[in-house]
Amino acid sequence: MKRIEKTFAKLKSNDKKGLVTFITAGDPSLEQSATILNALPQSGADFIEIGMPFTDPMADGPAIQDSSLRALANGMSLKGVIKMVAEFRESNQDTPIILMGYFNPIYTYGTEDFVNDAADAGADGLIIVDLPPEEDAELRVPATKAGLDFIKLLTPTTKGARLDTVLQNASGFLYYVSIAGVTGTKSANIDEVGAHIKDIKAKTDLPVAVGFGIKTPEDAANMSKIADAVVVGSSIVQNMQDNQKDSNLPTIIENQVSALKKAI
Amino acid sequence: MTNIAQQQETNLNSFTNGPDENGHFGIYGGRYCAETLMPLILDVEKAWHDARDDDAFWEEFHALAKDYIGRPSPLYFAKATTEHLGGAKVYFKRDELNHTGAHKINHCLGQILVAKRMGKTRIIAETGAGQHGVATATVCALFDMPCTVFMGEEDVRRQSPNVFRMKLLGAEVVPVTSGSGTLKDAMNEALRHWVANVEDTYYIIGTVAGPHPYPEMVRDFQSVIGKETKEQLNEKEGVLPDSLVACIGGGSNAMGLFHPFLNNPSVQMFGVEAGGHGVDTDKHAASLTGGSPGILHGMRSYFLQNEDGQITEAHSISAGLDYPGIGPEHAYLHDIDRVNYVSVTDDEALEAFKLLSKLEGIIPALEPSHAFAHVIKMAPDLPKDHIIVMNLCGRGDKDIFTVAEKLGIEI
Ligand SMILES: Cc1ncc(COP(=O)(O)O)c(C=O)c1O
Repeated sequence: MKRIEKTFAKLKSNDKKGLVTFITAGDPSLEQSATILNALPQSGADFIEIGMPFTDPMADGPAIQDSSLRALANGMSLKGVIKMVAEFRESNQDTPIILMGYFNPIYTYGTEDFVNDAADAGADGLIIVDLPPEEDAELRVPATKAGLDFIKLLTPTTKGARLDTVLQNASGFLYYVSIAGVTGTKSANIDEVGAHIKDIKAKTDLPVAVGFGIKTPEDAANMSKIADAVVVGSSIVQNMQDNQKDSNLPTIIENQVSALKKAI
Repeated sequence: MTNIAQQQETNLNSFTNGPDENGHFGIYGGRYCAETLMPLILDVEKAWHDARDDDAFWEEFHALAKDYIGRPSPLYFAKATTEHLGGAKVYFKRDELNHTGAHKINHCLGQILVAKRMGKTRIIAETGAGQHGVATATVCALFDMPCTVFMGEEDVRRQSPNVFRMKLLGAEVVPVTSGSGTLKDAMNEALRHWVANVEDTYYIIGTVAGPHPYPEMVRDFQSVIGKETKEQLNEKEGVLPDSLVACIGGGSNAMGLFHPFLNNPSVQMFGVEAGGHGVDTDKHAASLTGGSPGILHGMRSYFLQNEDGQITEAHSISAGLDYPGIGPEHAYLHDIDRVNYVSVTDDEALEAFKLLSKLEGIIPALEPSHAFAHVIKMAPDLPKDHIIVMNLCGRGDKDIFTVAEKLGIEI
């Protein structure tokens, strides 16, 4: 069984919801980023999303934009991201890693090479924000062949026939973007999200994770009632920015993640 | 259409079939957007295609193009320029005489009519030089729609007269500080804003770029330039032009001039990119000459980027050309060698700016000064019966401060 499937199965059998944490590779510094990544599972992260930094993250709000630019200034690259994953896998064989980002760096790296290198390093899935179903075959087909799940984004505008289009060829889990907007801005309306997830669940057996706009343990607690997992990104990344000079940064993030985990 | 044009037009091997139904020109174009935008992008496509097939839509467009924009713009035989350069016969397509002073108003008028058909109630736009922002604010005033323009903070500073114009026209100007604070970031920010306001908002993109159907739609609105040119030159000379020359930021004025001639194989075309300090330096905006294929702003095209696929900053003396990408149809026409893409430097454009002002009494915008710099290079070596049509797509009022600063003159 693949790592993502296995993790969801285990959560389900324990009657638990999953916590997905997002960090940008290489932020706030290369060393701190690796330290924090390695500590995420023991703090309570069931899945880890690693942001592959890009200069022009058009679906991200200020927190993740800034973190991407910091990471790039630190010299992070796609090769660097893959290396981080490989190093993480030296000590952790269980926690799924999902790489999230934009298509251009992958296209420039070489699509085939990228999916093979990412899979070899121990990545489990991809979320590529700017590849809608109309354009995704170019990456989805080789990714799936390499054993990576191709995780689709569903949004408040993914309704009716569009929902069927997006559900085709989805694997791993579904990522429900709870707001029409960029990361880290508005907060979601839980009733609307809940109703939409119900519609989605009627059409697929894949687990649904909800992200965008989940900031506090309270948000996470509420969302976990209607989804299989919750994704927290901007507020972790913002916390890193606010405390990047603090030598206790890894502990600060550990505390934040364990508070989130406790809440769901 | 003229007999000559008919004879030459070879639809068998057509260059004007693109894009395909998914918005691809060869491998370029497409719809690389966040899922939140996709249903809306598909709606824009549907509304545009409905409009395109509706005579009433074009009637309204052409009536306003005539009485509000002032179309057709004249095709002017530049006698002094021709004599000065001593070779080819040079004509200017004078889109700088349009209302608001540039070609941008052509596609703004078309797009706001599409927005109205869609029942959208507010408009957003990005702008670099501010010409597209001013043109958007203008049509929004005309149709009484609220307008928000995203503009890089660097551009807000260097194009302050246009910022003031937009505000006079009732638009809100949002300075964009993210990224490098220039046109590409303004476009990112406009897309982010659109994602958060899909219900009521229409995004008037300022060039033949962005996700499908924008490159096609903006091209078709700008094609009025090439269609008029074909007719006007036929009236004056009874022939097709031998060469067309236009500057390229995203490529809208060039696409508008070129498109109606693509299937006339005798017509050579030159797209002039901004060479900044030189395309062999890291300070230029020549995406085709100095960039490589990639994906940004909803499209696959050529971009300035490093070896990790990170987009690099463009540089040009002309804010309107200061964009690290180019429309996908140009990428395609480049790869199949139908259009020649060349570049001129800041300094060459500045010299051309001064020369055109003195020779013809027309102060051009810095953007078409790039086109003119290429005309200066090519015309002297061409025979006297060779006809060049250059798109004089904007006037220079907005640029006098930049030019004065460059020349070390205080005004
Ligand atoms: C006068 C003028 N020409 C050209 C451009 C470049 O755009 P495009 O290449 O789309 O014509 C601009 C952009 O602001 C402009 O203002």
